[in-house]
This record gives sequence, C-alpha cells and structure tokens, in this order.
Amino acid sequence: MVGIVGYGAYIPQYRIKVEEIAKIWGKEPETIKRGLGIYEKSVPALDEDTITISVEAARNALKHAGIEAEDIGAVYTGSESHPYAVKPTSTVVGEAIHATPKMTSADYEFACKAGTAAIQTCMGLVKAGMIRYGLAIGADTSQGRPGDALEYTAAAGGAAFIIGNNDVVATIDETYSYTTDTPDFWRREGQEYPRHGARFTGEPAYFKHVIMATKGLLEKTKTVVEDYDYFVFHQPNGKFPMRAAKKLGIPKEKIETGLLTPWIGNTYSGATLLGLAAVLDVAQPGERILATSFGSGAGSDSFAITVTKEIEKKRKRITPVRYYMERKKYLSYGEYVKHRKKIKM
Amino acid sequence: MPHRKSLSMIWRRIPERYRLEGTRCATCGRYFFPPRSFCPDCRRKGRIEKATLSGKGKVYTYTVVHVPLEGFERYAPYILAIVELDEGPKITAQIVDAEPNEIAIGMPVEMHFRRVSEDGETGIIHYGFKFAPIKA
Ligand SMILES: [Zn+2]
Repeated sequence: MVGIVGYGAYIPQYRIKVEEIAKIWGKEPETIKRGLGIYEKSVPALDEDTITISVEAARNALKHAGIEAEDIGAVYTGSESHPYAVKPTSTVVGEAIHATPKMTSADYEFACKAGTAAIQTCMGLVKAGMIRYGLAIGADTSQGRPGDALEYTAAAGGAAFIIGNNDVVATIDETYSYTTDTPDFWRREGQEYPRHGARFTGEPAYFKHVIMATKGLLEKTKTVVEDYDYFVFHQPNGKFPMRAAKKLGIPKEKIETGLLTPWIGNTYSGATLLGLAAVLDVAQPGERILATSFGSGAGSDSFAITVTKEIEKKRKRITPVRYYMERKKYLSYGEYVKHRKKIKM
Repeated sequence: MPHRKSLSMIWRRIPERYRLEGTRCATCGRYFFPPRSFCPDCRRKGRIEKATLSGKGKVYTYTVVHVPLEGFERYAPYILAIVELDEGPKITAQIVDAEPNEIAIGMPVEMHFRRVSEDGETGIIHYGFKFAPIKA
C-alpha cells in the first residue's frame, strides 16, 4: 500500500526571540507571545535558502528510507520562496541527491500547502505504477515586512517525504482536499513581501478549510476523532491549530507533539510536514495520524496515516526533528536584519 | 573564490560541487578530489573510475577570514578550512554553523549543501559543499 518510505527534516540553527523583535517596534512582547502563541522563530544562515533546506531534508529522507536515489522517479518541491522565479528548485535537489537524470520534476506553489500537494502527486504516480518512489518536499524561507505582524512568525525550515509502495514506515490510507478561491493572503509577482486581507485570514480561510478538509476525510474514511492518536494541522502561529482542534473536539494532548511553531515559527510549506515528521519520530506501530495542511488562496489537504512496524527498523537512521529544535543560536535584531538581507550592502 | 566564473565551467563541475563526485584509482585504491584522470602512483597501470566521496572528514587546518573577497563581506568573519576527507583527499571549504571559537584542528566535520556565491542580484546562484561540525 502507498505510504511513507522515509522522511527527513531540516531547520536552520539560528533563532530570534519575540522580545528582540518587539523592542525594536516598541511593542509589548508578552502581548504578542500570548496573542500568537509564539516564543521564537528560526532564521536561515546567510547561505541558506529554500534549495539548500530542501537538499538537507532530502538527504536525511534518503538516508532514512535506505533506498537508491536513482530509484526516485519524481521530485516535487513545494514552496512560496523558490530562489528563482524561473528555474526549478527541484532540479538542483535532484542533482544534489543524484536522482537525476531519469526522473520527472516540477516546483509547486500554493502558499503553505504546496508540500502536501507534492505528496498527493507522488501518491498518484506511485499508485498508477508510473514511478517506484517519489520525493515530495515542502520548504520555505519566508519573510514578513519589517514591523508587520508576520515578522514575528515568518520562519525557515522544511521536510522531505519519500513516497512508495514498499517498506513503508507509515501507510497513507486516504487523502481528501478542500479548495476555494479566497483572498486571505497574496504576493504579487516581483514584490518582496506578501500582503494579507486581515479580515479573511481566520474564519473564512484557515478555519473553514482546515475543518472542512478534516471533516471530509473523517467522513470518507468512516472514522472519528477517537480513532486517531495524533493530529497535525498547519500552524501559522501557535494559536490557530489549537483552536481548530477545539472546534473539532480533539483533546490538546493529541495535537501537542506535532505543534512546533511556538519554538520555530511558521515554516510555511514546511510547517505541516515538519509537524508530521515530529510525530513520526515518536509514533509506535499501529498508531494513527491525521494531518491537514492549509495554503492561503485557499485550500487544505488532509491525510489519514497509519504507522507500521517498519518504523522501528528505520528509526536509528533518522535525524529527529528534536535535534534541529534543540540546536540553536540566538540572533540580535541587528544580526537578524543582516541574515534576512533587509539591508542592502 | 573568484566572483565571476564562466557558466559552462560552473555547470561542468556540478557533480563535484553538489555531491563530492571525485575519482578513484582501482589499482591502488587512492581517491582524487577534485577528480583526476591519471594516478601519479600507478601511472600507466592505474585504472581511474568515478567515486563519490562520503562527505565526512576532519579539520586539517583552518583560518578565520576577517577581510573577505568582494561579494563575501556579509559573511565576515568566516572560517576557511582545509578538510581532510575520510578517503584521503584534502579540500578547501568554508566551515558553517560554527563560530571561530568553536572550531579546532582534528575536529570531525561533514558536508552540507549551501549557497557558495551568486552572480549579482540577477545572475545564477552557485550551490555546493561547505562543511560543519558533525552532529552529536
Ligand atoms: Zn593508483
């Protein structure tokens, strides 16, 4: 059955605390921390971008899967911060892990859910027998306009999933998507920073799509909340996924393992996938996971996942999400500005 | 690290820059990086084949660069090291994710994938190997 053959995470080591950003703009840090449910966020090194994060995650996934890169028949990278407007991220990744040249490839964009769209594509190709393994990546190095609320959350990180039929650490039993045209968040071509339709970001965008996709998946699989051990939701801040869980009647304990945003920020296309990776790092055979992404514009992809015995065999080959969570160096706002290239030299 | 290199030269070196693809002499087992097509030990008896290096090694020697080349001002101070790879070859590479006081000769390091340079704001971005201390 189609599922996850291996996965890998990557989060840059730099962090900036909410306090450090708040003091520059004369804001009260405790209010922001409480409001957004976030303490600090990850910041890429000067020489890191969506391509380098994708390669690191893909190499970790390949090691975990224990397969030959040449058996990967498709590479899809989802991001809203591809380094090039024209020239794919995925070809660099394919070349770096040496899955090239016998592979198909494309980059995906759908705000924060492009990575889960990549997983669905790989599932389809594997199920159709067109490829043996597919590599799906979600990664971002997102930026908020200085002084904008997004500056506290826009972070960097990513995860890679190898999808196939054999030796899966978890089966993907079903997937369900919910998509509409919603003007909650956008960035026009050539613009450096995104804009958001403040009134649209919560109820009609995030909550509606996450809840409809999750409910749709439960219906399609004839399962209920109680059937799952873990839930992972897209996490633009620390609050939204908790509120979505509450609306769906999910106990807090089932969402905490996959909730990373309070400590690393919103990694956009990486967020749901990193949360899922953190859950897989600790999940036991037989446990069930429901993961729902969200991308502005807007849509959600929901997945029903069951962990297999294979996970124990492969666990020693994983670099856990925890490793990247715990490895950190703090930046001052001045250093952060240099890292995010907000000053032109 | 010159600022401008020809696109075709950069492109030809992608296998070695992206994934440490070197060569090995099948006769004596010696590895070469950058790749060589001739074994100086075996000479005519040498048989050269492609070999991808593991990307693991140790710091042979290093220096901290305070006055960088044009295009690298943002990175200063940074660490430039000669890394002795497990397979034998020594290569020059930047050490990342470490401060100058966290680095020492003999320290185990491994390859990571980073931006190496870019041809201005509109040009091509060059990616390749750098090294970082091995995770515990
Ligand atoms: Zn020889």
